[in-house]
Amino acid sequence: MTLPADIKDDFPVLRQEFHGSRLVYLDSGNTSQKPQSVIDAMARYYETENANVHRGSYELAVRATAALEGARAKVARFINAPSVSEIVFTKNATESMNLIARAWGGANLEAGDAVVISEMEHHANIVPWHMLVAEKGIELRWIPVGDDGHLDLTDLDRLLDGAKLVSVTAMSNVLGTLNDIPRLAEAAHGAGALLAVDASQYVPHLATDVQAMGADFVVFTGHKMLGPMGIGVLWSRAEILDAMPPFLGGGEMILNVTKEGFTTTEIPWKFEAGTPMVAEAVGLGAAIDYLNELGMDNVRQHEVELTAYAMRKLKEVHGDKITIHGPTEPAERGGVLSFVFEGESGEVHPHDIAQVLDQAGVCVRAGHHCAKPLMTVLGANATSRVSLYVYNDESDIDQLADALGAADELFSF
Amino acid sequence: MPGLEDLYREIILDHYRSPRNRGELETPPAVRADGFNPLCGDEIIVYIDVADDGTISDVAIGGQGCSISQSSASMMSAAIKGKSVADARHLISAFKGLMSIHESDIGGDGSESEMGIDDRSFEGDAFSIDNTDDVSLGDLEALKGVVKFPVRIKCATLSWNTLAQALDEVQPG
Repeated sequence: MTLPADIKDDFPVLRQEFHGSRLVYLDSGNTSQKPQSVIDAMARYYETENANVHRGSYELAVRATAALEGARAKVARFINAPSVSEIVFTKNATESMNLIARAWGGANLEAGDAVVISEMEHHANIVPWHMLVAEKGIELRWIPVGDDGHLDLTDLDRLLDGAKLVSVTAMSNVLGTLNDIPRLAEAAHGAGALLAVDASQYVPHLATDVQAMGADFVVFTGHKMLGPMGIGVLWSRAEILDAMPPFLGGGEMILNVTKEGFTTTEIPWKFEAGTPMVAEAVGLGAAIDYLNELGMDNVRQHEVELTAYAMRKLKEVHGDKITIHGPTEPAERGGVLSFVFEGESGEVHPHDIAQVLDQAGVCVRAGHHCAKPLMTVLGANATSRVSLYVYNDESDIDQLADALGAADELFSF
Repeated sequence: MPGLEDLYREIILDHYRSPRNRGELETPPAVRADGFNPLCGDEIIVYIDVADDGTISDVAIGGQGCSISQSSASMMSAAIKGKSVADARHLISAFKGLMSIHESDIGGDGSESEMGIDDRSFEGDAFSIDNTDDVSLGDLEALKGVVKFPVRIKCATLSWNTLAQALDEVQPG
């Protein structure tokens, strides 16, 4: 037992029953549940510290500013960023990626320049680049996914030839595949390109060191790591951020404004126009405290063990009816299990599986998981997806395996 | 499974396992419309052939999706075959009316009267469907239970929205 046995008690939402069954939440890759400490920290902020930041001259505003900047420092330490000023708060990982595309891409990409992504990207790391294809005529290249669920890097040199940016996920939200980011960083830099990493599924689950990754940009979101919705992070090296033009314009991000124009303030505030999400930053800071208390190595170990249990259990109960996509070795993947279920009368559609599981109190995601190009590669319109986190245990997997039996029964004609 | 009887009615499962009018039609003369549910990736292709007198002489359904989207498409195809374009449009609006229900109406014991569904929507002359078809009015009403599962409403309406696109191509509404 690497995590506390009573960890579920920390998460109020899990105390509920749905349709007469204990709630089993297996959709943390979508969004995570929140521990009481995060909920309390945000309430406490509004009860004792709320004021607008960076401008009030009174003690209350000083406290609010300290709350925001204190959360920023926690984020910096959590991902081993060299400097707190390299942590930019955004709304979510999607906004962080759009910030890179708009601000860095706007200044550095021209018609014909290549951006290299992979077939296992979330739409958040596809559509911003499609938009630049349409607006600027950049070229978008795709690293293929092999049958084993890993990136196929055999053609990497050719794909990187002349590229300006490589932007890939650290962990697939569909397959659970963990990508070799240091290797991709080396290859990108060797080709004269920068590397952006979508770490939305990585930072919540594995100890993260942006310096060891060797990346130039790392984006992630707070709500998948026990924090609130509405806060995301962009990390980049100070010299890159300094050289980038601003993203959104407005208050907070300026040094001076005249009728003739404006000058921007220093990083990270240069990229944080308008009143920031202070309570959400405080909540994210509390989530980081909670994760640090558990220990990220313990979190990872728990998930590897539970992933192995889930793969074993589902096979044991449902045999060849269930096919799990992605790497077969639990240590090579995260706790994300996308599967198809072949019942007696053919495949049971993921929407129908999710519906029947819901009736048994089990929450899974059905659909394309915002990764339609990958679904095309997999030859599926949709999959069912189980995604695990710290509060899941073997009893959750057992309830899932039972409920899948009910789906099989209902759709056996 | 307890709690799901209203969703997975026997007639719905019947259309799911034996979909009517499944296939393709040659275009032209048929027109084709593609519908996507961006939430779940379901895809429906509707082909219709409209004769010179304005009747839908043939219909075919392609694509793939869950039991609700597939059975709704199957029932729809049977209901519109041989009907006029105008009647098909009436049926679309009646069906979408059946599926659009305020969330506050969902709950209680889920009885139809509580859900505010007006049974009369299907009784107008414009789209009374005679029993010579292999689908009767009763079949379509089986989908009423979907409104108790709001996330599935889009599954049920996908084929109907796609049909509306196809009809607009034949005869701008």
